[in-house]
Formats: sequence, C-alpha cells, structure tokens
Amino acid sequence: MLDTIGVADINALFDEIPDALRGASLDRLPDGLPEQAISRLMRERAAADETGLCFLGAGAYRHHIPAAVWELTTRGEYYSAYTPYQAEASQGTLQLLYEYQSMMAGLTAMEVSNASLYDGASALAEAVLMAVRANRKARERRVLLADTLHPVYRQVVEAIVANQGIELEAIPAAEADGALDADSADGFGDVAAVVVQQPNFFGRLESVDALTDLAHAAGALLIAVVNPVSLALLKPPGMWGARGADIACGEGQPLGIPLSSGGPYFGFLCTRKAHVRQVPGRIIGRTVDLEGRSGYTLTLQAREQHIRRSKATSNICTNQGLMVTAATIHMAMLGGEGLRQVALACHHNTARLTAALTELPGVETVHEGPFFHERVIRMPGPAGPILDRLADRGLLGGYDLGGHSPQHRDQVLVCATEVITAEDIRHYAATLGAVLEELHHGQ
Amino acid sequence: MGNDALIFEQGSPGRRATAQAPGHLPAPDGIPAAFLRQEAPGLPEVSELQVVRHYTRLSQRNFSIDTHFYPLGSCTMKYNPRASNSLALLPGFLDRHPWAPTRCGQGFMACLWELQDMLAEVTGLAGVSLTPMAGAQGEFAGVAMIRAYHRARNDDARTEILVPDAAHGTNPATAVMCGFRVREIPTDSDGDVDMQALREAVGPATAGIMLTNPSTLGVFERRISEMADVVHQAGGLLYYDGANLNAILGKVRPGDMGFDVIHINLHKTFSTPHGGGGPGAGAIGVGERLLPFMPLPVVGRDESGEYHWVTEADRPRSIGRLSAFMGNAGVLLRAYVYARMLGREGMSRVAEFATLNANYLMTRLRQEGFQVWFRNRRASHEFIISFRREAREHGITAMDVAKRLLDYGYHAPTAYFPLLVPECLLIEPTETETREELDGFVAAMVAIRQEGIDDIDRLKGAPYAMPVRRLDEVRAARELDLAWRPGDNRTTDTSTATRRAK
Repeated sequence: MLDTIGVADINALFDEIPDALRGASLDRLPDGLPEQAISRLMRERAAADETGLCFLGAGAYRHHIPAAVWELTTRGEYYSAYTPYQAEASQGTLQLLYEYQSMMAGLTAMEVSNASLYDGASALAEAVLMAVRANRKARERRVLLADTLHPVYRQVVEAIVANQGIELEAIPAAEADGALDADSADGFGDVAAVVVQQPNFFGRLESVDALTDLAHAAGALLIAVVNPVSLALLKPPGMWGARGADIACGEGQPLGIPLSSGGPYFGFLCTRKAHVRQVPGRIIGRTVDLEGRSGYTLTLQAREQHIRRSKATSNICTNQGLMVTAATIHMAMLGGEGLRQVALACHHNTARLTAALTELPGVETVHEGPFFHERVIRMPGPAGPILDRLADRGLLGGYDLGGHSPQHRDQVLVCATEVITAEDIRHYAATLGAVLEELHHGQ
Repeated sequence: MGNDALIFEQGSPGRRATAQAPGHLPAPDGIPAAFLRQEAPGLPEVSELQVVRHYTRLSQRNFSIDTHFYPLGSCTMKYNPRASNSLALLPGFLDRHPWAPTRCGQGFMACLWELQDMLAEVTGLAGVSLTPMAGAQGEFAGVAMIRAYHRARNDDARTEILVPDAAHGTNPATAVMCGFRVREIPTDSDGDVDMQALREAVGPATAGIMLTNPSTLGVFERRISEMADVVHQAGGLLYYDGANLNAILGKVRPGDMGFDVIHINLHKTFSTPHGGGGPGAGAIGVGERLLPFMPLPVVGRDESGEYHWVTEADRPRSIGRLSAFMGNAGVLLRAYVYARMLGREGMSRVAEFATLNANYLMTRLRQEGFQVWFRNRRASHEFIISFRREAREHGITAMDVAKRLLDYGYHAPTAYFPLLVPECLLIEPTETETREELDGFVAAMVAIRQEGIDDIDRLKGAPYAMPVRRLDEVRAARELDLAWRPGDNRTTDTSTATRRAK
C-alpha cells in the first residue's frame, strides 16, 4: 500500500504536520489490553457496583424490559448503522422511527413527534426554546416553570437557554399540597410559555386541565413534561383543558431503557402540526418511491443545522436513535393494555409501600391528594443517615429531598414500580423499622 | 426484501404479548376520573412473535458497519468492537440507578475518571468533562464556556465567533445558541484557512474561532500555530471541533496546537456505535483557564483513591448541567473499554492506519482517473473527489454515483459536503477496513462511471436492489405524513398476503 502511495514509511503520511507539534509522549496512557484482560477488569468493577433492592425514582425508573427488546436492538444492523441520510439503504431504521413517532403521537394524543432528543431535561430546554420561537404573539420572552418541576430539569433549562435572553420565572406551589394551586392563580400575565410536569417531581398529579386553560388565557403555550408510562393510565397532554397542551416532552427511559447510571436515555418531543416547522431534531415522513411504493425518509430538513446552519431550530445532529429503537420494540411488545397494566402496578405498589412504611412510628406521608407512582415520606429525623444505614443493608430507600432544599432534609421521595413485590415491601418496612430503632437508641 | 406493513397494521383487537404484563389490576380508587385516560393510546396489538419477526425483518432493510463498507466522510464509521457493548451491559453497570450513592458506584466512576484522564492526555489538555451527550452538545458546552470566560473578565464586547466556510453546520448553529454572531472566514485554494482574511476579521469583538483540524476538506491546517497566535493576540479563544480527531490520534494533540477547548465525538474516534443516529457522546477537554467553567458533574478522586462527583459546590462558575444525570453514561463505558484495549501504542496506530487507508484509496482512485480535489495535498483520514468533469461531460452526478454504490453493496460516501466543492464525495475509509475491501470499492467506482457513460438514464434510476427506489422527498415535505393513525390502512392486509405469496 505504501508503494502504491509512493512513500517510504507510514510516518511520511504525516509530513504536512509541522514537526514542532508532533511527538507528545503520551506517558499517562496505559498499555493496551487484550479483550480477556479488559473483560476481567470490567466484570470486577461491575460486580462491585451491584446494588440490591431499589426504591429510587426521581426521574429514572426501574421497569421490567422484555428479553427480546435488547436482543433485537443490539443486532448489528441497528447498532452499527449510521443516521439514515441514505434513505434507500436505511428503510429499516426509518420505518421503525416512523412507527416510533406514531406511537408517541398516540401516547401523548398530540399530532406529531420528532425522532428523539438527548434526554428528558435537555428535551425540555429545547421545548422552551421552541415555544418562544413559535409563540409569535407573546411580547415578552418570559417562561414560567412550575415549582414542582424536577429541580435538575430547571438547572438544565437554565444552562441551555442562558444566552438567549429568556426570562425564567417560577410558579409557586403550596408547600403542604405538593402541587400547584390552579384556583388561586389569578392569571399568568404576559408570558410566552408555561411548563407543567405531570406527575410532578413529588409524584403528585397537577390540575392540568385548569392550568392548561390558564396558560392559554394568558396567550402562552403550555409545555407538558410527562412520564410516558403514566400516559397509558393518565389523561394525555393532547386532551388537557379545552385545547390540549401545545408541546409534550419528557424522559423516554421508562420505555425499555436500562437505568445504566443515568444514560444513554432519550428525550421525546411532540406537538401540534401547526408548530412542526419549529421542532428541533430529526423527523421522518412517509412518502412514495419512483414505482409508487411507500417508503420513509428524513423530512423537513430545512429546519436542521446541516442545511440551515446558523438559522437552524437547534444545533442538534446526533440524537438517541438506538434508545428509540429499544423503546419502539418495548411499546410494541407491551401494547396499550400492557403498558396500562404496568402503570397500574406501579401506582398500586407505591400505595402499598407508603401504607406499610407509615405504620412505623414517626413515619408519615407529606402530601395528600392523588399521586402516580412516587410519594414523599417524612422520616422521624434527617433522612441522610437513615438512607445510609438502609444502604448498608443493601437497600436503596429513596431520594433524599434535602439535597435540593435543606428544609426538606427529613423527606424522602419513594417509588415502587411493577418490579417490586409484596415481599420487597415487607422487607423495606422491617429494615426501616430496625434502622429507626437503632437510631432511636443512639447506636 | 418486500415492503413490510407497519406494526400497527399487523394487529388484531385484544391481541397481546401475554408474558409482558404484570396482571389484571383494578382501576385505581385514589385517582379521580378527571385525571384518567379515557381512550386507549393506539399502540400495536400484536403477539410477541409478531414483534420479534417484524423488527428482525426491518433490521434486514438497513445497511450497517457490520454488514457493509461505509466510507462516509466525516463520520468515522469504523468497526464497533463487540466487547465494548457486552461489557457496558454487565448487570452491575446496567442496573445501577443514577441516584445510587457513590459508594455503590466506585467501579463505574473509576472507569469514568480514567477515561477523563486518558482523554486529557491524548488531547493535551488540562481537564475533561464527559457529560455532553453528542458532538453538538459538546460544542454548545465549549462555546458557552468561552462566553462565560469573557464574561468573568468583564469583557462583554466579544460578541463574534469566527467559523471557516467549510465548517460543519453544527458550528454556526451552536454559536447562535450561545448568543454569538457568526462571522465566516473563507478558505484558500489549497484548502487552508485564508490567513489574510483571518487577520482582518479578528479584533475586540472576537470571542473565539471554531476549527476542525484536519479540516472538513480532508487536509491538515498547516499554519495552525500561526492562527492560534493571531486569535490569542486578539483576545479570542480557540475551539477544536473533534469530528476528525481520528486522523491525528496519538500523533499530534489539539492542546499542543494551541486550542483552549475541544469536543471529542466518542462515537467516531472512540468507536462507540452510531445506533442509526445516536446515542453519541461529546466529551469536552479544556485548558487551564477554562477549567472552572466545565459542565457538571465531573468525577473527582480524593487522596484515599475514592471517587466522588464534583458539583456546583466545588465549581460555582460552571456553565451548569446539560443532562439530568451523567450524560450518556453507558456510551462512556464503551469508549473506556475501547481506549483501554488500544492503550498508548494503539492510539497512534488508529491514526496511522486510517491515514494509510485514505491515502491508498485516494491514490487508487486518482490512478483510475477520478478527480481528487486537493491533488497537491496529503489526505488525512479522508479526502474529496469531485464529479464536476463527469457531470459536465456525461451527466454523471455525485448523487448518481452515491445511489448506484448502494446496489454494489457499498454505503454511499458523504455527498455534497463540504459545500465549497462542486459534485463532491467525501470519502473516509477508516482504519478497520482491509485492502481487499478498498480495492473492491475502486472497482465498483470504475464500473459505475462506465455504466453512466454507456447509459446515463439507467444510472439516473439507481438504486435498483434496495427495498425502495429513489424516494419522492418533495412529496414527503409537502404532504406531511409523520404518524400512522388508527383507521389508516394504506398498506392493506391483502397486499401483504399477496407479497408473501410471491
């Protein structure tokens, strides 16, 4: 090959790089490992990370994933394919993505869906940017975020829209209720968009019908942040209030994506057809080929960075295609009724869990009112040490709300999905009882 | 490969994958009816076997690295080692909740910390944050840090980002998302940035410049040190778009070239899968002066060797968080496995063989009479050929060649990018292909050109061997059909049955 090129050795191929720049020694890099050695190392590390029973939620949820989902998803034809720019050679991925868009449109009761964004939090940031672009009537670039929104989502929105001159303000929630008070809100003023999460960060259900109508009365677009599994049971954003939400987005992880320390997951974004040209990211459309057969292709690419450059709706290019592949297969496998059963099981298990835990002295629920599959529990003392002791016993007892606000340091957000059994719940209650007993006696 | 019905169209009311539901549970009594869904969500009603068969068949309607040579310029479609995947899917990694305490994550965090360190070393920079979830998000983080840096110095007049005209579309789109104006810098006839134009463009409004090196034109920017001096002297910072890092891995480091901040597409250079469009990972590396602004979280290690999350408490000037948790964590594990398998020596082997394959393929195509665009330049890991002459003389366009290559079993190279070169194909063979595969590609190119000379109409109709012929993209955009609805039945059961009978 070197002879064909006409050079003496491989280093000659780098002769356009100035000598002064070359020759870093890379001392900090270790020697290469054969597959068997890296396999041994990774097995040891993975084994060290194995955790037992988990009652954590707060944005990522453990669900059963049918075996076929990842067996199919990791087929090389999906796993190692590129973005389907060459439509004729990518009909598999493209048809799957069209089916995904259809499923998400059905689940949210919205008209259109894109083909994914990075994760739930960044999808919300893109939704906020999109709403400000789409709402041409709004005089102010003001966006209201519910106080009951996931606090990390708020941080991500702040980081991503920071340089766009968008004002982010909070809608306060009643502390005791854990949800927004739609009745006492006297209008939202001049605002481009309102963000409401359902179920909210505390697991509570918001009065989404009234909030949607309030947002529309203020001339704002309503952005719904939703859990896709809950939508098999709860009213979908497209049906909220008199006119429905304008944008529905959220975290796709509960649809067949493993927890995997936080990623890769995927963000979804659905909206009305009228706003489709403001949507960020890829969209697949059905069309016909030269012979009139139906086929699938990327469409409306004039919104995207590779065509529109500095005037694109977003800089996003790579998305989360493989995660969407898994989610599509997962949704097809469960169907609407299967997904509804999962949602119901999560709800019932969380109800049973909180009933069992609150039988212990000093343990109580913090909010009344309807919830989906998470609830806030008040412990008889600071949650941190209690959760630590539970972890010592191989049990992750929930999310410590004190991490975001010190006044909530005795509060824990717990979640019991469909994978939790009655025995698991008894075990949690018994273990918590023992831990509280220990702490009470100062051990 | 027939025209498969949609999964929705294969269903029957009430049909279920019975193993996949937890039971028959009662409606909840604690949730008032106003909160509940009244109508079913319109998901498919199919059996488990139908799902498995449908998505297996759909997979067979795809090109992929595992099945086809994919010389897609700028995308680095090299083999994704299977070990990276299977080791990232070990139960201890897969089942770990993102909020699990750090003591239940020391194995995972050790991998991330070492990956941060290896990437810092191989790029010649002071620190690395792994949170950006794709190249474009890495770009966003990088440019947002440039903005935060100038602001922290009360240097608010710096409102412009310079971008060469050959740059990826994500560069200008990112600069705008970060609140900057974009100023384009032209390229000279040899493919280098026009130095005179650069000198005239820099000034007190310059926040920084975004560069890819080797550039998207497939050549190394030879005066990079001089450019770095010009931009730095004007008070701006240098951003390195790592899309083409594969070409120089282990050979020359962006930090040594004078760059202040870079992103690395781990799904290119570190061989994590493209997955039909993602997920990627866009780790960023920074020099000393941008360290305080890095996106969070980052993995830290204390003196006892224990790993912890570096948070806002440690880095109050951070640009913040770009994802809810730790970016595309599982992708990072795959990149870590790949980097450990390569090791020190393997890193430079990547660049050597990628460059060897590109220069070999370029030479062979030139020998066969194809027009290499920068004929006096060394190819990096990719190169451009132009069909300007064939288009003029025979009507053979880059698009025709790209589509016909599919029939020959080769994924098309990147076509019509960069925008500066007429009728171009950007070809990147990567280091993992054999000489035989490259020779086969040359033979296909020669045969296709001859087909076009002999019968241009036949070439214009390509592809013929794919599941569909060329698609009506105008119709796709004008008559938007973006989702199946209950009641749609364009592909009827009868036609499916007929097709299967054939």
